[in-house]
Amino acid sequence: MIKVENILKRFGDEVILKNISTTFDRGKTNLVIGRSGSGKTVMLKCLVGLFTPEEGRIYFEDNAIQDMNTEQHRILREETGMLFQGGALFDSMNIEENVMFPLRMFSNNKREEMLERVNEVLKRVDLENVNKKFPAEISGGMKKRVSIARAIVNKPKYLFCDEPNSGLDPKTATLIDNLIQDITKENNITTIVVTHDMNSVMEIGEKIVLLKQGKLVWEGSNKEIFKTDNKDIVDFVYTSNLFKKIRDVQLKEN
Amino acid sequence: MKYFRDIGSYFLMLKRVFSSPTKGSVMRELIFKEIDDLIIKSLAIVSFISFFVGGVIAIQTALNLENPLISKSLIGFATRQSIILEFAPTFISIIMAGKVGSFITSSIGSMRVTEQIDALEVMGVNSLNYLVFPKIIALLFYPFLIAITMFLGIIGGLIAGVYGGFTSASDFIIGIQDTFNPFHLTYAFIKTFVFAFILATVPSWQGYYMKGGALEVGKASTNSFVWTSVLIILSNYIITQLLLSS
Repeated sequence: MIKVENILKRFGDEVILKNISTTFDRGKTNLVIGRSGSGKTVMLKCLVGLFTPEEGRIYFEDNAIQDMNTEQHRILREETGMLFQGGALFDSMNIEENVMFPLRMFSNNKREEMLERVNEVLKRVDLENVNKKFPAEISGGMKKRVSIARAIVNKPKYLFCDEPNSGLDPKTATLIDNLIQDITKENNITTIVVTHDMNSVMEIGEKIVLLKQGKLVWEGSNKEIFKTDNKDIVDFVYTSNLFKKIRDVQLKEN
Repeated sequence: MKYFRDIGSYFLMLKRVFSSPTKGSVMRELIFKEIDDLIIKSLAIVSFISFFVGGVIAIQTALNLENPLISKSLIGFATRQSIILEFAPTFISIIMAGKVGSFITSSIGSMRVTEQIDALEVMGVNSLNYLVFPKIIALLFYPFLIAITMFLGIIGGLIAGVYGGFTSASDFIIGIQDTFNPFHLTYAFIKTFVFAFILATVPSWQGYYMKGGALEVGKASTNSFVWTSVLIILSNYIITQLLLSS
């Protein structure tokens, strides 16, 4: 479980996140959604420690990140996996070395044991026989899957995903969404996904947080979206004609 | 004001480079890789340049010796002094600022642009130690490269002088040995260590703190070459003043 309390983040005079408070539950895929520039990536970077909020507190389970000492910070980083928007795979390493990287840095296992775990997670993300390929030699969807494999290889308690579907075709995007949800359930981890993909919202949004101009304006589940009258979430979700028609059908049925 | 901020961030970077060390087995591999990338892969171009520049120095010295009373051994003497005191340590370092400096800035800059540095930080790796420290250690081997360039530069001078008909091999060798001051080698290698540190850290700083996309990576590489060269020239002057002018 991750809890944020009144976090405020500024860049210069501009306030990017305005007193956001919410809770992300364990075993659920938690989505942070919003338009471009709404502050969702900044929020994610505050959660993973790449940015430090000026005000507010962030709790991992019951421990506030602000009160942690260096050793606790180190342990928290080891318990964290992150899928970056572009994959962020190391160009100079092949797929096997990329996935093995967290194990090499933080475990004292033998190479054979590490390799076994690497093959296990690559199989889990449906990637086999790519071990010796380099990131430049595989497709965008495969890069995302390798990135997921690297994020989960060290059995993290927290998984963060920054726009996992960007640049992918709808079918691959759905596969990635389902993979993230399945991994969350299997390992009972706290997963936070930043996205503006409506299919993701409808498919895997067990808890959704909507940001607008740095403020949290709505939170709920994908099922609650059909019932709510909140103008912000309705405006955001039902932008396309297809979703508007779906909503009309839903309202008629109700 | 910007310059003070930049200088401050450079020294803060150095502080982080030497803290929270990366796991020993991983660091060892990184150091060997950097020695290959920065030193071994520079050997060919640096050898080529120093051999021919040594030859040019010998020919130019010979062509300026119009007085028949001046010994031809001066060609060997002048080649040795030019190569050891200035060409090998300083001008090879300027060439390395272009070759190795741009490589360091563009590789770290690309990692910044593609979020690879963020990925390291999220994993709990001290990205500055991981990326910059092995480069500093690898460039401790830079004096070996400079020693090779000194040797090849003088050999180039000998071959050009003898086969060009400007001097005899024995005159050239007498010139090389004439009034040799071993402290000049010490001075050259002290300079080389300072330049090696500049070559490892200034381009790393340019790449690590760059912002933007692919275009900015190119700009950062250019800035890296300019600033590394400026610092090498300035430190060259200061070290020369301190060590040779007394």
